[in-house]
Amino acid sequence: MSAPPAEPAARIELRQERDVAAARIAVSRAMDAMGARALRKTRFVTAVSEIARNALDHGGGGVLEVYRLERPLRIMIRCRDEGPGIADLDQAMTDGFSTARSMGKGLGGARRLVEAFRIESRPGSGTTVEMEAKP
Amino acid sequence: MSEAASIYSVDKVLLVAIRDNITDTDIINLQEDLSERIVNEAARGVVIDIAALEIVDTFVGRILAQLSSISRLLAAETYIVGMRPAVAMTLVELGMDLPGSKTALSLSHALRSLKAKGLA
Amino acid sequence: MTVAPTTELSRLLREDFDGVLDAWFATQKREGVRRPDLFSDRESRRQLSDLLRAFAEVLARIDITEPVDIEADVWSELRLALSEITLVRTERGVAPWEMTAFILALKQPVFVKLNESLSGTPDRLLSIAADFGRIVDALAMHINEYFIAERDEIIERQRAEMMELSTPVVQLWERVLTIPLIGTLDSMRAQEVMENLLNSIVEHSAEVVIVDITGVRVVDTQVAQHLLRTAAAVRLMGAEAIISGISPKIAQTMVELGVDVGEVTTRPSIRAALAEAFRRVGFQISRIEDSRV
Repeated sequence: MSAPPAEPAARIELRQERDVAAARIAVSRAMDAMGARALRKTRFVTAVSEIARNALDHGGGGVLEVYRLERPLRIMIRCRDEGPGIADLDQAMTDGFSTARSMGKGLGGARRLVEAFRIESRPGSGTTVEMEAKP
Repeated sequence: MSEAASIYSVDKVLLVAIRDNITDTDIINLQEDLSERIVNEAARGVVIDIAALEIVDTFVGRILAQLSSISRLLAAETYIVGMRPAVAMTLVELGMDLPGSKTALSLSHALRSLKAKGLA
Repeated sequence: MTVAPTTELSRLLREDFDGVLDAWFATQKREGVRRPDLFSDRESRRQLSDLLRAFAEVLARIDITEPVDIEADVWSELRLALSEITLVRTERGVAPWEMTAFILALKQPVFVKLNESLSGTPDRLLSIAADFGRIVDALAMHINEYFIAERDEIIERQRAEMMELSTPVVQLWERVLTIPLIGTLDSMRAQEVMENLLNSIVEHSAEVVIVDITGVRVVDTQVAQHLLRTAAAVRLMGAEAIISGISPKIAQTMVELGVDVGEVTTRPSIRAALAEAFRRVGFQISRIEDSRV
């Protein structure tokens, strides 16, 4: 994945459940500042919630950074964890790949809700997800 | 009282207003509180108002579906009301249509349906 | 004493401003991008001199060996002049490629002039020419981006207008809405339709919505999925959807495709759907007793 475009507009440590809500609020605020439409905001924040919860539940916590990209204006998040990683990405992206708390729609669902979705994961070296959307 | 929501009791109907930005634990606690109150108050109807929720992800969606199922098992007909358009579209996209849950436009619509069935 | 590359260039533009301007003008003429049919000589020269003056000011303030960042503050004046001239020229019918060539035509005369003054130091000549070339290319690219952004905006605006025209939500009765779909239903349009419909449900407190597909040209698996999703979203809002306008042919196709509409109510015509909608909101249509018909 490429280098971060600029300083993040927000950075949230994902250590406990409350931080997932904090991540949603931070992304929601960043999108409000961009004048985002209600539907686009709801879709993106929902995807962020899935990804952040994933990092907490399966990655043992992580960091979520929120970026504002220009030309064209869009929002981007990067979520990193140092968990066990995902052995079979294709399988994990498939609806119905169920884990302890999700319905197995988390990752695949998040991908459908955003305009750009990148995921990198190797067993033993954590998972990084990047997502982008227009405001 | 749960952190996630306020529960009011009106004529054997429990009205649940869920607050925005609840944590996973909050909503799991709500599930317990609500089940107990349905039994203790012999409620015949439950209306869950989610108008305050800006987003419903797969986790909250699943809990909502469970709340409906649990209430139904405890003989209380349950309505989910006030879902925002953007939330409805997002849930459908996530493949979560909440097929087992009854829905209504608003609290008053749900109460009207419950009254029509003699449950309120 | 060595002269910094930037100053050399800006000195050339300061001391021989009119010379460069003339040469630029001449190159444009030769390359056929001057468009005398659209702009008088005086007008064209004024545009060029506005640009060149702003350019000279930037060159006096930047280090040209650094990477070019046209979005930086120092470029703001030139950016503005560039957008204004691009706007004026394109409004009169100048094509995007002509506008790019219009800017690139500045390279050659400047190279010639640099060659005159720096022929004794070929290394310097080469590096300044290369840096200058890079900057002019960046300007040309900026113009391209400007065109693309403009065009995107037009497309987006037209799309939004078309969308509003093509998906009107109509209130048929208290608590009953209809949305007649016409043409094709791709993913993007399906989403707009859904959004439009759901917002109308809130606005009118609608309980039943009739999604009429009489005017939809093709119903394939994809379109069927969109319709079923719309129905699912309508239900989540607390209203009910009726899909009407399902012709015998469409019904056969849907079965052949293995589309399962599940709990969603369907009707062959909007008339049948309306009767069902009335029933659900508690009305009925009856014949007036003394009617002679």
